[in-house]
Amino acid sequence: MKQLQYSVSRWMEGGGPEAEIVISSRVRLARNISGYPFPCLASEEETGAVLKKISAVTKDGESFGDFVFWPMEELSELEKQALVEKHQASPFLARESKNGALLMRRDEAVSIMINEEDHLRIQAILPGLQLEEARQEADAYDNLLESEFEYAFDEHYGYLTACPTNIGTGLRVSVMLHVPALIMSGQINRFLRALSQVGLAVRGLYGEGTEIIGNLVQISNQVTLGQSEEEIIGTLFGVIRQIIDQEQGARQALLDNKRANLADKAWRALGLLKFAQLMSSREAIQLISDLRLGYDLGLIKAVDHKLLNELLVLIRPGCLQLLAGKELDNSERNLERPVQIKKTLDRFQNQ
Amino acid sequence: MFCQECQHQEATIHIIKSVDGRKTELFLCEQCARSKEELEFSFEPQYSLHELFGSMLNQQLAGSRKAAAAAKIQCPACGLSFAQFSQVGRLGCSECFYAFEERLKPLLRRIHAGTAHNGKIPSRAQSKVKHLRELDELRKKLQEKVQNEEFEEAARLRDRIRALENEIGNDETGKDDKKGDQK
Repeated sequence: MKQLQYSVSRWMEGGGPEAEIVISSRVRLARNISGYPFPCLASEEETGAVLKKISAVTKDGESFGDFVFWPMEELSELEKQALVEKHQASPFLARESKNGALLMRRDEAVSIMINEEDHLRIQAILPGLQLEEARQEADAYDNLLESEFEYAFDEHYGYLTACPTNIGTGLRVSVMLHVPALIMSGQINRFLRALSQVGLAVRGLYGEGTEIIGNLVQISNQVTLGQSEEEIIGTLFGVIRQIIDQEQGARQALLDNKRANLADKAWRALGLLKFAQLMSSREAIQLISDLRLGYDLGLIKAVDHKLLNELLVLIRPGCLQLLAGKELDNSERNLERPVQIKKTLDRFQNQ
Repeated sequence: MFCQECQHQEATIHIIKSVDGRKTELFLCEQCARSKEELEFSFEPQYSLHELFGSMLNQQLAGSRKAAAAAKIQCPACGLSFAQFSQVGRLGCSECFYAFEERLKPLLRRIHAGTAHNGKIPSRAQSKVKHLRELDELRKKLQEKVQNEEFEEAARLRDRIRALENEIGNDETGKDDKKGDQK
């Protein structure tokens, strides 16, 4: 049986426009094949038939030559969890799907989930603010698949999806942002209120409900019906631009007043990441945020975005255990985490 | 102490949550705590949306006798009832939309920017959608002409509409045949 190796996804490599605030841009399209029941209520045979139909098309043919095919049943729990942590697979695909599979492009910028909540979930994730580029990536594979299958589509309602919250375009666009200055100054709350009024959803990337850990927030569209793809992306883009401007303003104000404090915080974060012997994921996420802010403000040069993104992913339970090569319980993970962090930091410094 | 989630493993993790000044405590075993932790790494806001949607549907279903009848409506293709749908928040197949259309419309209006698709059209469906949009146009024009008593022009439009309707009808039967093949 082939094994999943720990690897770096395209979005983790960093770069892209507005990389000092926008970590990644993600686009996903929900599609179903006409004539088959949706996966949630389908039988084992029916989801099996859909999987067979789709994989027959994607197995041969040049268009999918650079994709790796992972049936969920061939992956260990750890491997599946690692895919979720890198945003390549959804928790639903990893844990609840019947005959679920993942088609992942080798650069890990595009992945196609089969038998998730819908028959097909085509997603593209790129670093920085690249919504249009990500849409084009996903759209190209949508066109390819569309030429092979007849999609469940209605002239009036658009693409039909298992959950009515995705009907129409089937498009969900999400942007992951690092906004420490807006959070420190409390301005974020003003945005949170305003965003829901324009049909956008905001949440902390980690933490439940309204809690935000590591100053990371994710903003995505809620409306999928009644607006075109261009309108949906345009609205989100406009809002993200405003948030970037506000965050930059707030960062400048911090730099003017608290320069020494911020530098101290960033260097302390680096020190702890390098020398601590026990660390929870919560603490690590916060330290990585402090370090990222220091780097983005030019107060510390010992790191870069790729390293910071990699740290953000490898501290999570699945990736951590995959790197360690064994299963670890919570307290063992707190011991292993600093080991892997230090290894990655050392490797970066010796480059 | 046993885990509050599964009730059979030893609770080794203590979680204290404080939301708006209200403190809640949880004692969990390693496994249950991990599954909670994993949920937080999701990229999709789907859980809260499903819940919201589900609760809206339940509101619709509550009370009246008419509502009780609505709950029993079944999709003829997959057999899902509207009551089941309102519990899981997911439809069983593409036919469910038409079976529950009247119930779904007000909900779609509340969560979306309208009830008409305004975006990408798969190339296979393109000619049909184009025809349907053209039909709408022609019907409007026909009414105008009749009102203005321009009957000659109206007759010409009527013939064009019939021709288009026939064309679309043929497309439909073609599509249905294909569906039969797949099953």
